[in-house]
Amino acid sequence: MVGRAASRPYAGSVLTIDRATYDAIVAHAKRDHPDEACGIVAGPEGSDRPERLVEMVNAAGSPTFYEFDSTELLELYKEMWDRDEEPVVVYHSHTATEAYPSRTDIGLASEPGAHYVLVSTREHGNNEGPVEFRSYRIVDGEVTEEEVTVVDGLSTSN
Amino acid sequence: MAIEVRIPTILRTYTGGEKAVSADGASLSALIDDLEANHPGIRERLIENGDLRRFVNVYVNDEDVRFIGGLEAELSDGDQVVVLPAVAGG
Repeated sequence: MVGRAASRPYAGSVLTIDRATYDAIVAHAKRDHPDEACGIVAGPEGSDRPERLVEMVNAAGSPTFYEFDSTELLELYKEMWDRDEEPVVVYHSHTATEAYPSRTDIGLASEPGAHYVLVSTREHGNNEGPVEFRSYRIVDGEVTEEEVTVVDGLSTSN
Repeated sequence: MAIEVRIPTILRTYTGGEKAVSADGASLSALIDDLEANHPGIRERLIENGDLRRFVNVYVNDEDVRFIGGLEAELSDGDQVVVLPAVAGG
């Protein structure tokens, strides 16, 4: 379940994400299963608003690893710089293990301001059915899970 | 000779928060030496065992340096260098 507003199980921050973006990330993960899917959700710098989903190709094409293609990575960042955006969410899927950052994920995490979203498709693969969808901050090798709040639409006031 | 180097968020602790800094060098290797002189500690984040780190991407005028000579890639006045950590994991 998501949107545990009544009880705050995590001391960390909160990822607030709209339903359409959430569903699109889940759909991407299911479509690419058994390989890992990956991408970002960009938003205006400093806003913490994940507004623009960008699905990326997993250049590793692997069930145990993901990597953005280096040329596509540069194009993505240049586009964000032109639009005064930053990666608000960096997501990828795990296809055989839980939705928790692996040691490699932790070692390579390089966006201290981003929400790292992990989706696990291990239970239902390409098929219908719930997935684990969890979010973390990864800073200096330290992982802090955070609450995920799914809203109908991002409000314009914050 | 001035080459603009775009610094990723994670390395801005070495540049006093600057998103881009100016540096000199006729090759990427020399440029990184010059960066190190002004921003101590940054070289180790870019280079490991004498080569570019596997999960650090460096681009010269939008070309991944791995395709144009790596650390030996030649640089000229006005070139644009971008450093971007790989987005990768397991």
